[in-house]
Amino acid sequence: MADPMRIRAQAAGDKATVRVLMSHEMETGLRKDSSGAVIPAHFIQEVTVAHNGAEVTTAQWGPSVSKNPFMQLSVKGAKPGDKITITWVDNKGDKRTDEATVS
Amino acid sequence: MQTRREMLARSATVASLMAAAGLLPQVAHAAWNNAAFGAKSMADAAKAFGGMAPVESADITIEGPDIAENGAVVPIGASTSLPGVKRLMLLVEKNPSVLAATFDVTDKVDAAFKTRVKMGQSSNVMAVAMMNDGKVLFAQKEIKVTLGGCGG
Repeated sequence: MADPMRIRAQAAGDKATVRVLMSHEMETGLRKDSSGAVIPAHFIQEVTVAHNGAEVTTAQWGPSVSKNPFMQLSVKGAKPGDKITITWVDNKGDKRTDEATVS
Repeated sequence: MQTRREMLARSATVASLMAAAGLLPQVAHAAWNNAAFGAKSMADAAKAFGGMAPVESADITIEGPDIAENGAVVPIGASTSLPGVKRLMLLVEKNPSVLAATFDVTDKVDAAFKTRVKMGQSSNVMAVAMMNDGKVLFAQKEIKVTLGGCGG
């Protein structure tokens, strides 16, 4: 299992800015190791963001997203105390879900 | 003797193990758009999501540095104030597959997303907005890369 995500959600007016830092290799499948063998692709394909349990958006990513991906978005109507849940799924079927409270 | 419940639990475990081992290709995440991520041009990527030919628009904003020292981590963002946006995409023109990321826009989030991408070389990056009516609008910006991020 991968390391936890770092999620920061800050309320500003009627919305909250959510910043997420995930821990993932994001291998493209195009690089080679020192012996010349191709390193298999391993990257996050889908990221889901939920606000108080209700899904607000889904992102699909390709291997071009940087290693240890960062994402920023703003969720409308999120108030301090609300829960923001982020889930990612990678191309090997690994998943991770983490939750943060809006401050 | 096994109960039905135990059997179901076990088959679920086996299925998830198979998915983890890559034996159930793409079934676990059928939503991932293979065609779009394999696309070699912006028009192909837009078409893979059912959009029309892309048109440049001043209402779409692409954010990013003019010069990126490290191509492995280039912060870029897409946003628009137009209503009726269904999806925002970020593309890097000269990467092996142009599409880097797509974000579904709903009425619960702002049509503004930021992330970081890898860039193999200096290239145009595009923010593409797909509207509810199938129109595709884009903005582009050139980012110069001093050190490519796809080598190794």
